[in-house]
Amino acid sequence: MLARRIIPCLDVKDGRTVKGVNFENLRDAGSIVDLAVRYSDEGADELVFLDITASHDKRKTMLAWVEQVARALRIPFTVGGGIASEQDVELLLKSGADKISINSSAVTDPTLIDRLSRAFGKQCVVVAIDAKQQDGVWRVYRQGGRTETERELFEWSQEAQQRGAGEILFTSMDHDGTHKGFACETLSVLSERLSIPIIASGGAGSMADFYDVFTVGRADAALAAGVFHYGEMTLPDLKAYLSGRGINVRH
Amino acid sequence: MNVVIIEYGAGNLFSVQTALERLGCTATVSCEPAVIRGAERVLFPGVGQASSAMKRLRECGLEQVIPTLTMPVLGICLGMQLLCTYSEEGDTEGLGVLPLRVEKIVGDCKVPHIGWNRIEGLKSSLFKGIDEGAWMYFVHSYYLPVNSYQVAESDYHKPFCAAIEKDNFFGCQFHPEKSGDVGERMLKNFLEWN
Repeated sequence: MLARRIIPCLDVKDGRTVKGVNFENLRDAGSIVDLAVRYSDEGADELVFLDITASHDKRKTMLAWVEQVARALRIPFTVGGGIASEQDVELLLKSGADKISINSSAVTDPTLIDRLSRAFGKQCVVVAIDAKQQDGVWRVYRQGGRTETERELFEWSQEAQQRGAGEILFTSMDHDGTHKGFACETLSVLSERLSIPIIASGGAGSMADFYDVFTVGRADAALAAGVFHYGEMTLPDLKAYLSGRGINVRH
Repeated sequence: MNVVIIEYGAGNLFSVQTALERLGCTATVSCEPAVIRGAERVLFPGVGQASSAMKRLRECGLEQVIPTLTMPVLGICLGMQLLCTYSEEGDTEGLGVLPLRVEKIVGDCKVPHIGWNRIEGLKSSLFKGIDEGAWMYFVHSYYLPVNSYQVAESDYHKPFCAAIEKDNFFGCQFHPEKSGDVGERMLKNFLEWN
């Protein structure tokens, strides 16, 4: 049967990883390729790279590191951050990215999802949604959580699916960075309502949190950054733990 | 070795190319029938939609070429599906190398089938040195039902065909170029097949 996926997420700025990394034996802690290969060797099922570079040279830098990662990595990876057109996606896929993730640009122009899905296939279109709860409503935010939108999580995720999203990457802003567990109840509702896979993000703190997100939250994949970057847990230990508790993981 | 990857505008060839590079093989990417016919190994990848992919194959004049190739040919993902007679995706007539029909994944499961799944019942020299139950990376919404050309099986909504072999034609539903050490070993076996 299909394994539940564990996906480390790396933030990239100006062609370097930005989060402090607790790995020993890395030649260069900021090297995207070294870190990506390290995670892959440890058993990551996929990787997600989020480019937070703000400069105008962004695209050029992005294509350069994406190609380096593609040459080195033998597992799939997704690239996100400021992607807003078919041309952006075409260049990234040609540089070796397997999937791209769109967030703000899809909220601003939902037809982008249709166009990308038609042009490149839904398998490479990940729609990322950042949301937090306000008065009982899961409000969608854009621009890295800085700007509130009119959209609501369940309605927006269903529309994204209809328009041709291949996967939904849902980040609960209420849980992100708390290390107190994923938004399992909400994820479970999302999973019930959608027929495409869901990647859960935000809140990973302990191995039990991953167990909960796959059981209570019914997520298809779980994404985390800090717990891996700062060495709070290793991928082999996490997978052994999950496997021991009956979760089907690749190990 | 003269290895050609068929380029017909369907998907990410870069991954297949770099996977071969890691095995010390510099592949040529081409849609030219003469170049493809002259190869010692042909890789036939593809992602995206079946009917538009077939349309592009026809436009490149490859519809007649591929079924008559005599060197080992490996269809990957959509490439394998297009080797069959028919696909439910876009009601598409395929290349007809294998008398098989591709169907849509329907069941109590998420579609697309995305992620790592095990392959079992390994019956081809493609899998030399690869253990039963090895993990491979899949991304697809249509599948090939269990059949008599099958040399590997996987299980999602129900058991389905993960790889096929007929004469010099091979195919795999998963992406060996994205399946770590095991996938790399399979590509190596394909290059070394005789």
